[in-house]
Amino acid sequence: MVSPNSKVILERDRLQTILDAIRAQGFRILGPTVRDEAIIYDDISRVEDLPIGWTDEQGAGRYRLCKRSDQAVFGFIGGAHSSKQFLFLPREMIWKVVREGKGFRFVDTQRDSAPLAFFGVRSCDLHAISIQDKVFMPVDPGYRARREKALIVAVQCGLAGKTCFCASMGTGPRATGDFDLALTEILEKQRHYFVVEIGTQRGAEIMEHVSHQAAAASDLEKAEAATRRALSQMGRTMEASDVKDLLYRNYEHPQWDDVARRCLTCANCTLVCPTCFCSSLEDATDLSGDQSERRRQWDSCFNLEHSYLHGGNIRSSPKARYRQWMTHKLATWQDQFGTSGCVGCGRCITWCPVGIDITAEVRAIRESEKRHGND
Amino acid sequence: MARKPKLAVWKFASCDGCQLSLLDCEDELLAIGEAVEIANFAEVSRAVVRGPYDISLVEGSITTPHDAERIHGVRRASKVLITIGACATAGGIQALRNFQDVKEFISIVYARPEYIRTLATSTAIADHVPVDFELRGCPINKRQLLEVLLAYLHGRRPLIHRHSVCMECKLRGTVCIMVSRRVPCLGPITHAGCGAICPLYQRGCYGCFGPNESPNVSSLSDAWLSAGAAPAEVVRVLQTFNAAAHPFADGAAALATRRVNATEQGA
Ligand code: SF4
Ligand code: SF4
Ligand code: SF4
Ligand code: SF4
Repeated sequence: MVSPNSKVILERDRLQTILDAIRAQGFRILGPTVRDEAIIYDDISRVEDLPIGWTDEQGAGRYRLCKRSDQAVFGFIGGAHSSKQFLFLPREMIWKVVREGKGFRFVDTQRDSAPLAFFGVRSCDLHAISIQDKVFMPVDPGYRARREKALIVAVQCGLAGKTCFCASMGTGPRATGDFDLALTEILEKQRHYFVVEIGTQRGAEIMEHVSHQAAAASDLEKAEAATRRALSQMGRTMEASDVKDLLYRNYEHPQWDDVARRCLTCANCTLVCPTCFCSSLEDATDLSGDQSERRRQWDSCFNLEHSYLHGGNIRSSPKARYRQWMTHKLATWQDQFGTSGCVGCGRCITWCPVGIDITAEVRAIRESEKRHGND
Repeated sequence: MARKPKLAVWKFASCDGCQLSLLDCEDELLAIGEAVEIANFAEVSRAVVRGPYDISLVEGSITTPHDAERIHGVRRASKVLITIGACATAGGIQALRNFQDVKEFISIVYARPEYIRTLATSTAIADHVPVDFELRGCPINKRQLLEVLLAYLHGRRPLIHRHSVCMECKLRGTVCIMVSRRVPCLGPITHAGCGAICPLYQRGCYGCFGPNESPNVSSLSDAWLSAGAAPAEVVRVLQTFNAAAHPFADGAAALATRRVNATEQGA
């Protein structure tokens, strides 16, 4: 009998049984898999669907899928996707309205779909989910329905990438909660296994159907060592404690002009960011004019329409839009939701086509203050 | 029943591909035929109903003195004038002439150059008459054409986004090939509308829909150059279907200057 907060061992050759146990409970399993020369999130059912033996090299504006020299199952870092696109859908129909005689009738378009199980979520992304929960849970029934049912199997990072800075943001590398199960991969010459942390009763019930063993103190020490290794590999840092005040003091800093010369205002950073929540609503009519659909789709503060208010645009320059993005992530988000809007996952750095780096932009402002004083 | 709105389709210098998108709307075509009176559409019928027209779709660019006159007549006869496609909205691929000596072409190509009456440039319809809406693309997307028609028929704003093609990549979950494979892509400066088809097949965006609402051509050019593209290559990709659209034309001109400077320095 396993209980929440306990830790057990799962051998690598039994990993399939955990997927089977999750499936048996009716979940649709979404996990990392290789497609189009990258590791993305998609439906998985077999262990072979996972990126076994693959890793990723990331840098500013750069991503490469590479072969590892071993058969690690989770030997990579955050991919191009996150759980965001399955909880906060890129496109969603909110409602439909149909003309009936002189009146009209609303049609509910929320569909009941299979509960989702997220397999292999990293600590930064767990924090991103709880940040989006604050935004959506109170107001969005579609998100709430998907989120409440979702099962989360986390993976504790044993390596970190060149664009990772979760340690600076206090969001990793070790996940300490908000998961049903968490796996730490231990790959040795003689033995390949996982330390499984049981986070919830639901997690415990799944482990009832999976053959496992008791964990020894040496196993737990190996799991801790994996976290220390990830910590030592953290590719980037950001001094985050006072970043809010730093940015509020520097609304007119010349660095904003500098970054605006490089920024394409393409919106990639906001869309890959696992916390960005902006969307736009549209009403589309059909040819007869007897039916109309309200649709929601992802939007971004880099798009001009996003800041169009009656009579004009309040952020017409690229400079104003980049400044909005960065100050929202790191400063105004704190006033709005009580947390940072950045979890240090590094996706905005990797997936910016021109490699703009949020940590470098903060550093440039900070260092100029040090040089010139802060007035 | 109220009179059906009259729809006319006009052709200037173009390949007909965009107006054929209307015929491509097979599923909706009958419904469109019910909703509007097709008053002038040479690709469909020779019957012409006299104007004025409620909606005119104009395809093609202005390349001859005769067309430069004719477009004013179309404008006078149309309540709403919508231009469709890269030719009508930016001069099209034939605007490559804008950067060359047309007289010289004519003397080389035609046996009797004096028979040819053409302008030195190919220009967008909006350079000649006021335009109510410009629908971009080479060719246009038929879903977008339908949306614009619907919007005008129902008196609402068309739901056409002017942001980057990157938005469409991310909305459909395509992995960015510029980042993951170093494939040069025009998506970050290109107007959305195609649904980001090329990156889905591992090809960089060709810029068919022209510049988006805030294109940073110089930063993207720098990224291409540092990924190993030659300046001449970048100029070539900017000078295709939307060569004369200002941000693309200016970006290409800036690169050409850079190239000259580089050569001078090299000498
Ligand atoms: S701002 Fe960048 S590093 Fe921070 S959470 Fe978003 S994508 Fe990740
Ligand atoms: S950074 Fe921009 S896109 Fe992201 S949540 Fe804030 S306003 Fe929205
Ligand atoms: S920072 Fe990079 S990804 Fe974000 S809008 Fe600018 S160019 Fe695009
Ligand atoms: S593949 Fe091209 S269009 Fe798609 S996100 Fe990357 S740069 Fe943008």
